[in-house]
Amino acid sequence: MSKDNNLITVQDLHVYYGQLEALKGVTMNFKKNEITAVIGPSGCGKSTLLKTINRLNDLVANVTVTGTIKVDDQNVYAPNMDAVELRKQVGMLFQQPNPFPFSIYDNVTYGLRISGEKNKTVLDEAVEKSLQAAAIWDEVKDRLHDNALGLSGGQQQRICIARVLATKPKVILMDEPTSALDPISSDKIERTMLKLKEDYSIVIVTRNMQQASRISDRTAFFLAGELIEFGETRDIFMQPQKKETEDYISGRFG
Amino acid sequence: MNNDEIRASLLKRSRASKNELFGKIISGLCIAIIVAVVVSIFYFVASKGLATFFHDKVNLWKFLTGTIWNPSTTDAQGHPQVGALPMIIGSFAVTFLAAIVATPFAIGAAVFMTEISPRIGRKVLQPVIELLVGIPSVVYGFIGLSVVVPFVRHTFGGSGFGILSGTFVLFVMILPTVTSMTVDALNSVPRNYREASLALGATRWQTIYKVVLRASVSGIITAVVFGMSRAFGEALAVQMVIGNAMLLPSNLISPASTLTSVLTMGMGNSVMGSLSNNALWSLALLLLIMPLIFNIIIRWIGKRGAMH
Ligand SMILES: Nc1ncnc2c1ncn2[C@@H]1O[C@H](COP(=O)(O)OP(=O)(O)O)[C@@H](O)[C@H]1O
Ligand SMILES: [Mg+2]
Repeated sequence: MSKDNNLITVQDLHVYYGQLEALKGVTMNFKKNEITAVIGPSGCGKSTLLKTINRLNDLVANVTVTGTIKVDDQNVYAPNMDAVELRKQVGMLFQQPNPFPFSIYDNVTYGLRISGEKNKTVLDEAVEKSLQAAAIWDEVKDRLHDNALGLSGGQQQRICIARVLATKPKVILMDEPTSALDPISSDKIERTMLKLKEDYSIVIVTRNMQQASRISDRTAFFLAGELIEFGETRDIFMQPQKKETEDYISGRFG
Repeated sequence: MNNDEIRASLLKRSRASKNELFGKIISGLCIAIIVAVVVSIFYFVASKGLATFFHDKVNLWKFLTGTIWNPSTTDAQGHPQVGALPMIIGSFAVTFLAAIVATPFAIGAAVFMTEISPRIGRKVLQPVIELLVGIPSVVYGFIGLSVVVPFVRHTFGGSGFGILSGTFVLFVMILPTVTSMTVDALNSVPRNYREASLALGATRWQTIYKVVLRASVSGIITAVVFGMSRAFGEALAVQMVIGNAMLLPSNLISPASTLTSVLTMGMGNSVMGSLSNNALWSLALLLLIMPLIFNIIIRWIGKRGAMH
């Protein structure tokens, strides 16, 4: 890792869906042990940025990516890069909580089992640790073998966090992880994130300005596929340099 | 409007509610007719089929376990020889074997159509399957008779007629149905499970068999049981290739028979009310009860699936 603590560096990134240019030359970096918030109106390319970092966009036909993304100094789009390996290092959380329709235990151990881990002691340990880190251990420890779909939305999302943590990624990408949840669940997840920051780097896409200002260290503002402004969260919210940023955070458009 | 007018207008039946009443009456009538038809079929088959046991005093156990089917003769003790075991075994053998062979093919085809190449699946395989579902069973039987039976004869010896040929014809017959139901089951697995799995670093294959197939297990079992209930009730095609010998089958390539084949063969040759006729109705009753059991199994699986 470089000395400036950059875990992910993005250089002149362009992403096209067919003819549509969804990201227009983005250059930025994400630091270790930080929460970076990505904000901007709907359709400005926030999800595209995340899915390009973990190459989930590979699944979409007609996607073209130019520029470079490096995760921990590995070039994500290098020809010899294995997208499956990459995704083990770059966890992702989605807007809709999406636990598998299996037991809580099977959900959390999924990532380890697909990597070939069979040792029950190792799996048991990972389940307890991950669920604790996701701040849901106490709520589910007595029903690890119940179906995860029986939990509330907020609990499901924390199971998803635990499922990601169990694979020990370097980065966790979160795409509007609380927008489908009630305020109390959101608050629990935010507090979980602040704890996770000590061990992980987190990139969170959010449309909730308060959320961005509460939890993030740095904030990036996107508009129509371009990175308009990127800096310390405090600066972005207190003294934005660009007029578009100011308009957006003060709710004048978007 | 004063209060009285409002009251009056609320108490009066509106046009919409009259229409609703009319619709309810129509659909109620239709349901009543359907129920009446089903109940009378059941009653008819049951009264005839049970006559074998109550009127002709055949022992139910002997009926189910006896191995000689020759209703017009009696055995040493003077009991009529109506042992249905050879056909029961024949029916279950072709049904289960066809399902066992069809299941992996159906799953393979469905995975290809939904996960690997949905475009080819939709454009080529879907129409082919719909076509196959629509082919009348006599055509399958005819192909079985002219292709499968000679093939079995050359490869395994014997006459070529028997459970193996029956299995093969039924396998081809139920494959399209089981496949298309399996496709539905796989398609009903939400997209975001697949995304979640891939994002966790699973390969496409791991995603297919550890998430998609696992999440649709109850749907797949339902598809297979549905196929089995079709196979169990199929008459014509099976009758053309199974050999129609009412013997306890000792291997897969000797002539055998099924409940349906005995029924279609014997139907025209017995007099209403006679024991041999009643005995055929008893077979029909069995054929009526089995799909009922298959249906109960499907519902039970569906309920368990919903609980998960
Ligand atoms: N799979 C796709 N195919 C085609 N266009 C897409 C696809 N995904 C996103 N887009 C387009 O790319 C642009 C950015 O989308 P997205 O990254 O989802 O924005 P955001 O997450 O900021 O709302 C939008 O104009 C959207 O319509
Ligand atoms: Mg989005």
